[in-house]
Amino acid sequence: MGSMGHRLLSGNEAVAQAALDMGVGFGAGYPGTPSTEILENFSALGGRAEWSPNEKVALEVALGASFAGARALATMKHVGLNVAADPLFTAAYTGVRGALVIVSADDPGMASSQNEQDNRRYAVAAGVPMLEPSDSQDAYDMTAEAIEISERWRIPVLLRMTTRVCHSKTRVERRRTPTPPPATSFVRDVKRLVMIPAYARPAHVRLRATLAEIAQWGEACALNRVIAGERKLGIIASGISAIHAQEAAPGATVLKLGLTHPLPIEKARRFAQSVERCVVVEEGDPCLADALRAAGIAVEAKAEAFRFGELSVARIRKLLKGDTSPGFRAPPGKPPQLCPGCPHRLTFEILRKLNCIVSGDIGCYTLGVLPPFEAMDTCVCMGAGITVGLGLRHALPPEQARRVVSVIGDSTFVHSGITGLVEMVYNPPKTGHVVIILDNATTAMTGLQEHPGTGRRLDATPAHPISFEALARALGVPRVRVVDLAKESEAYEGIVAESLAAEALTVLVARRPCILALKKNKE
Amino acid sequence: MSHRITNIVVAGLGGQGVLTATDLLAEVLHRAGHDVKKSELKGMSQRGGSVTSDVRFGRVVHSPMVPDHEADFLVILSPDQVEPNRHHLRAGGVMIVPDIIDESRLSNRRTLNVALLGALSAHLEAAAPEAVWIETMRALLPERILAANLEAFAAGRASAKGAG
Ligand SMILES: Cc1ncc(C[n+]2csc(CCOP(=O)(O)OP(=O)(O)O)c2C)c(N)n1
Ligand code: SF4
Repeated sequence: MGSMGHRLLSGNEAVAQAALDMGVGFGAGYPGTPSTEILENFSALGGRAEWSPNEKVALEVALGASFAGARALATMKHVGLNVAADPLFTAAYTGVRGALVIVSADDPGMASSQNEQDNRRYAVAAGVPMLEPSDSQDAYDMTAEAIEISERWRIPVLLRMTTRVCHSKTRVERRRTPTPPPATSFVRDVKRLVMIPAYARPAHVRLRATLAEIAQWGEACALNRVIAGERKLGIIASGISAIHAQEAAPGATVLKLGLTHPLPIEKARRFAQSVERCVVVEEGDPCLADALRAAGIAVEAKAEAFRFGELSVARIRKLLKGDTSPGFRAPPGKPPQLCPGCPHRLTFEILRKLNCIVSGDIGCYTLGVLPPFEAMDTCVCMGAGITVGLGLRHALPPEQARRVVSVIGDSTFVHSGITGLVEMVYNPPKTGHVVIILDNATTAMTGLQEHPGTGRRLDATPAHPISFEALARALGVPRVRVVDLAKESEAYEGIVAESLAAEALTVLVARRPCILALKKNKE
Repeated sequence: MSHRITNIVVAGLGGQGVLTATDLLAEVLHRAGHDVKKSELKGMSQRGGSVTSDVRFGRVVHSPMVPDHEADFLVILSPDQVEPNRHHLRAGGVMIVPDIIDESRLSNRRTLNVALLGALSAHLEAAAPEAVWIETMRALLPERILAANLEAFAAGRASAKGAG
């Protein structure tokens, strides 16, 4: 036993290792906690990986690679799949030619996210298979299995991870013999790959037939297995919940589901009948419980209180007892703060001083909402900094509209800010608008990833850096000004005040590298 | 008693090396032949926020998270993190805090995490002998910081042994 043939890997490292061993020839994604390390590790192991400008682009590029016959991987956090939802739904119709595995890394409890949406809903909505690993060994095995399912049924497969699975380290045995990426070639197949209505109608029928076949296969496949125990209590669970449950109720019989869409309904029915009491233990939405009950299977669902946050061994003990009392609450830790010397600090000091209404966005700079700055008024999703600011400008009375400023990070600007700038030029508010791009030359929040503005790719090779100021000018923004925060810190406040007074469309690029990125690039 | 799981929580502030410490600890226990799980919550790059990370080992470990009030050892890297983390410890559990080391004796203050692991290692003698710790540090730590860390580890270990 011991370390023989096993290594301790995080779930993310295990996915990367399996992708490499299975001959994945192309990986694309956009950073997002807790998914980020998958592509970073895949690249470090020698895999071909890229950061795309956003998740929709990543998924489409990966889909194209799979059309060429490659085994492809696309990675993103849960909210990233919202951005990539458009290609996802129709890729379910076209199917793939090589393989396509899409990792959705969900964040129940919101360790580092703006919501805790449950992406198991996407598998049902789009009609694609979903696998849910419980630990790093599962992450390895199920990545491999997902590639095989994708290739066998020519369908994209969702691999749903959660923060605990992504970031916990557990033992992993590399069970697959490494294979090189398969050869690629183009095969014309317009009825499958061109989704005009005439071809899409049969494609939808084909998709449902494929799902029915996979459901049949899933009834007997080893991804869904029973862990034997007493008849008194049966638990149906997937993901990390299946692991916690074994500790919370050591005597119970557990149906551990690895393939949660399509669900092995008949297997679950037999399981429920074989035990005296059958409880569904799941984090997030009651997806499994709803589906099983809709199929007429007598299972107990958790109480509503357990929809919120992560599950743990202690919470599952309570869930099984139907105890919804709040219980022990750990004292709050110290919240994160902008680093001392962070270039974002100055912008928020100025916006506070000028009493601006700040339409914010997501990144390190969202901490501008907390003391001592308290200079952010809205933050919804990536890209909304610019567009929500425009809506405020349109609807507010002029004396308030004139105070609205949009702030957006450089990586976020590339991700989904550019279309907002187009909107601004096309539908300018009467009072003009001021957009500040906080260009710290990195994607700091998620751990200092490169992006199309940094001049380097994921593997640190040089790339053409796109210029935000040139882009803004090309779109026709009349006032575009770069502020070098190292040299012009004194002048910055005046520049912002003057821009607000101008009542014209303004883009300020506030430029100074993140201090952690500077350090990293030196090393 | 072979079913007993040992629970360890390491807590500190972002930038102090909490996650490096639990990576080392988990790898040591893995090399020593135990089933090990390590869990952490990380997300933000920024410095200064609370960070905690759990390591559990035994014959078979299920959940990667240490349940509240069940930690056998609580290692704290920053004095202000004692109160927010005390609830992890079980009754009779051992807390290891920075003052057990004379920080001025560390040639590099950033090795405090490894110094406190040294102190912890004295309590885990039966689970992982010193040689495995040394071998693991040599394997995991970059060459340029290895010597300072080995020294810090020895200092921490000696301080715990001295204390009995
Ligand atoms: C759709 C979506 N994808 C990814 C994320 C994760 N995420 C949050 S902010 C951010 C980018 C931060 O970079 P930047 O805008 O440059 O700001 P910085 O952190 O560098 O200040 C990312 C990738 C997210 N919240 N939503
Ligand atoms: S990591 Fe960089 S951008 Fe984030 S707070 Fe620190 S200095 Fe600022």
